[in-house]
Amino acid sequence: MKNYIIKRLLFIIPMLVGISCILFVVMHLAPGDPTSMRYGLNPEVSESARANFNRMYDLDKPIPVQYWRWIKRFFTMDFGKSMIDDRPVIEKIMTRLPATILLQAVSLLVVFCIAIPIGVISAVKRNSLFDRVMTIVVFIGYAAPAFWLALVLIFLFGFKMQLFPVSGMTPWYTAYLDEGAKIKDLLWHLVLPVTVTAIGSLASLSRYSRSSMIEVMGENYVLTARAKGLPEKRVILNHVLRNALLPIVTVLGLTLPVLISGSFILETIFAWPGMGRLGYEAIMNYDYPVVMGVGVIATVLTLLGIFLSDITYALVDPRIRFNK
Amino acid sequence: MNRRITFGITIIIILALVAIFASFVATHDPLELDLSLEGRLQGPSPEHFFGTDNLGRDVFSRMVYGTRISLSVGFIAVFISMVIGLFLGGVSGYFGGWVDSLIMRIVEVMYCFPTFFLIMMVITFLGANIVNVMVVIGLTSWAGLCRLVRAEFLTLRERDFVHSAKVQGVSDMRIIFRHILPNAMAPVYVSATLSVGGAILVESALSFLGLGVQVPTPSWGNILTAGKNYIDYAWWLTFFPGVAILITVLSFNLIGEGLREKLDPKLSESR
Repeated sequence: MKNYIIKRLLFIIPMLVGISCILFVVMHLAPGDPTSMRYGLNPEVSESARANFNRMYDLDKPIPVQYWRWIKRFFTMDFGKSMIDDRPVIEKIMTRLPATILLQAVSLLVVFCIAIPIGVISAVKRNSLFDRVMTIVVFIGYAAPAFWLALVLIFLFGFKMQLFPVSGMTPWYTAYLDEGAKIKDLLWHLVLPVTVTAIGSLASLSRYSRSSMIEVMGENYVLTARAKGLPEKRVILNHVLRNALLPIVTVLGLTLPVLISGSFILETIFAWPGMGRLGYEAIMNYDYPVVMGVGVIATVLTLLGIFLSDITYALVDPRIRFNK
Repeated sequence: MNRRITFGITIIIILALVAIFASFVATHDPLELDLSLEGRLQGPSPEHFFGTDNLGRDVFSRMVYGTRISLSVGFIAVFISMVIGLFLGGVSGYFGGWVDSLIMRIVEVMYCFPTFFLIMMVITFLGANIVNVMVVIGLTSWAGLCRLVRAEFLTLRERDFVHSAKVQGVSDMRIIFRHILPNAMAPVYVSATLSVGGAILVESALSFLGLGVQVPTPSWGNILTAGKNYIDYAWWLTFFPGVAILITVLSFNLIGEGLREKLDPKLSESR
């Protein structure tokens, strides 16, 4: 088990190097550059000032040299400074990261708590009214564009009913609230973004647990359990559910990249002060160091998620451990 | 025929017809402006089925033309990703060894990539237009397909017909593409159908961020984006394009799921 963990952890490093390399090269090969974005055709800015700016961010060097310098600093956790406000990139990301993690963790929790029961009940009562209705519901949720769903919810619950706040996480007035009220306000702000995220990711998890349950229900040991006269409830909960839920752990790892990808657009709509919005703003401003930083941190989060789900899977299913 | 597949295919055929005959279906010129006070932001009426937008353009006609964008982005992006996925997956599964390890490492990198971030970045820097959107979505979405094809090849390459082809001296590339590939296509169709829906969603999300098809060319995504500023008094601007995207994606997903159930006897035995 220890070897397995070490192997998986070591695997993260080449992945990071590969992904950061692609990001870096694509970013620098693409037309348009921060210098002209910043100064444009402004005649007031002299050639030497432009050259100075280029030198400051290594933009005057060939791309391989730039990448080498970047990756050397990267291993000391130094992502350079933002071109927009000169703050260290790592500091900018770290102030935004908790908001993203909070949103994703709550969404993931909500998705798991709703999707698994839906899948289990659908499998047990296959082709029942519940199964058919839920199939349609999760499919519609999956097909609905997240940003559109967000707009509809903002319109209905924000503008029309004025039930939930439509943007931001901690407005100015939270500074004057006591601890309990702060948490309540935060949860209040989480409702709409979490709902949108959850609706979008319900489908894959609930369908997966449904088909996994159905598959296990066809196994011989389930037949045995029924044949020896166990009550149906025990067969489902103790024999089927336990075995069916095993592979679902891996879906967690696959859901994470989707959630993180989704955060770039959702955080922009809900003005959520997270890393996704930071990344969007950085791209729009050609802020190279921040773009790299956000890309790499998003990848690290994804890789850690996959790592954790692999480890959990190995923990719950001994066959994996012995095979590798 | 499975009911889901029938439903999905019907909708897709209707949409395809609308896209092809857009100039006959549209009731107005999608680019015709009417900047008079009465002409702008009209609600749905017999004259303008889905109302008019902030520049007085007919939303129904714009959406009819937008169908072309969504469908072509969906199909072409998936076509690109299929070409890459089939080729790399086939080569990887057939040859094995270091070729396989190399390709699988690349696939793993693609899997863990924050894909939407990469797409956003490339489109912003390369310039937002429909060709870039299709190509970039295609280039970033082949990893799943590649894995699928490889898995099929791993089992198929041990079969007798492959051995007999080898003995006859058929070239490797011919064995891969003429002998094995046709037998590996079933799960590919499922995955590709589902990907079309995904590609349409990504395109609309990009349009929403202003990175998709540029105005005045109508696309469902950019009609929606223009409408979001008027959401509190012109709901039809955001409602109809959103529903159109939803129904289209839903149709592709239903076809894909229906096909999957047909192919996997475990899921469909009691039907």
